[in-house]
Amino acid sequence: MNIDSIQNGVVLDHIQAGKSMDIYKYLHLDELDCQVAIIKNARSEHMGKKDIIKIDSPLDLDLDVLGYIDSHITVNIIRDGKRVEKKHVELPKKLVNIIHCKNPRCITVAESQLDAVFLLSDPAKHTYRCAYCETAIDKKF
Amino acid sequence: MPRNIIDITDLTVEEIDQLIATAEDIIANPAKYQNACAHKQLATLFFEPSTRTRLSFESAMLALGGSVLGFSEASSSSTAKGETVGDTIHTVSCYADIIAMRHPKEGAPYAASQFSEVPIINAGDGGHNHPTQTLTDLLTIHREKGRLDGFTIGFCGDLKFGRTVHSLVNALSRYENINFVLISPNELKLPRYVKEESLKKKGIPYTQTTDLESVIPELDILYMTRVQKERFFNEEDYLRLKDSYILTPEKLVSAKKDLSILHPLPRVNEISVAVDRDPRATYWKQVKNGKFIRMALILKLLGIEV
Repeated sequence: MNIDSIQNGVVLDHIQAGKSMDIYKYLHLDELDCQVAIIKNARSEHMGKKDIIKIDSPLDLDLDVLGYIDSHITVNIIRDGKRVEKKHVELPKKLVNIIHCKNPRCITVAESQLDAVFLLSDPAKHTYRCAYCETAIDKKF
Repeated sequence: MPRNIIDITDLTVEEIDQLIATAEDIIANPAKYQNACAHKQLATLFFEPSTRTRLSFESAMLALGGSVLGFSEASSSSTAKGETVGDTIHTVSCYADIIAMRHPKEGAPYAASQFSEVPIINAGDGGHNHPTQTLTDLLTIHREKGRLDGFTIGFCGDLKFGRTVHSLVNALSRYENINFVLISPNELKLPRYVKEESLKKKGIPYTQTTDLESVIPELDILYMTRVQKERFFNEEDYLRLKDSYILTPEKLVSAKKDLSILHPLPRVNEISVAVDRDPRATYWKQVKNGKFIRMALILKLLGIEV
């Protein structure tokens, strides 16, 4: 299967197979006008199979979202057809307006204009807690 | 940025020790403090009813020579018109030097602290935290036992929604050699996150049981709590669980002679009034201590040294 190389844009590589649609949704890639290619189950020497997303436009990505969804992703910045930068993402210590508290007693549920802030409380279990009410959300990806 | 007290861990152990020392000095020398907060104003914003906490804050500020303003229920504020916590706090911080706030929603004081230009004290947020009750409890334990380490404490009743329990477990987990005994119906056990964060992560041993009488002989402190009707979405569950534990003189027969019985109050029927005459009943002293420790906290947050 051939997918054209991109000239100026971003390639998200080493996405765990099956997670590319989550990333598509959380990064709101459906709102872009440019070409976006989602490659699922690409062969990978290290991962067996992986997903890749190619975005044919320069873009400021929310690395916190990527780190939250899959901290193994690599972000490749492409200019004039060449990779000029490779970034590794990390599990973010703080998430703002990425996930929302499910505790019906939490103030953020009653007052939805408040920023939904979550803090990483257990990196090993990928557990985040609401900064307001401390309700835990285990990473669902 | 003003200093806020949203959670008991916003204070270090050293700061808590200092607050207890200040409260002891206030008890010994009240006249020394009677004008310490002259021309300062405390706003008590109670979006949920309270007797002790609001009155003790107000009494504390008045005893320091300051004045108080505020409201005692959400219906008498612009909250009834749909005003957000942020806008209310923005407004009140224009009028007051310090704010004590109670709100039925968990995390509301943290939200308030994002908008305030003056110190915010969490006076209870839903079933979440109640740090000034914890300071009251710590002062009481310190006054009764002479220390804050090396004892066995039993928490009994609603440990799930009991915010005073969560805060006190968290606070005591920072002291040495404390055994925690958690006594509750299965439906009202201490939340997993409190056990994980306050006890398991620190390797602190605890036991869980549904049977108060089997563990009462081991306890140095018994912290009773009310099953809180207002925390239940389903009245059937409340009715089924509300009488799970009722402390009576008979149940205290096997308890230690120097047991201290604490309760954050209000009580419904979980401590029989006959227990009030037992010298081990400490909850009325606890109420009094609440005023003194709040005086100490107000002084600290306003940066006033006497």
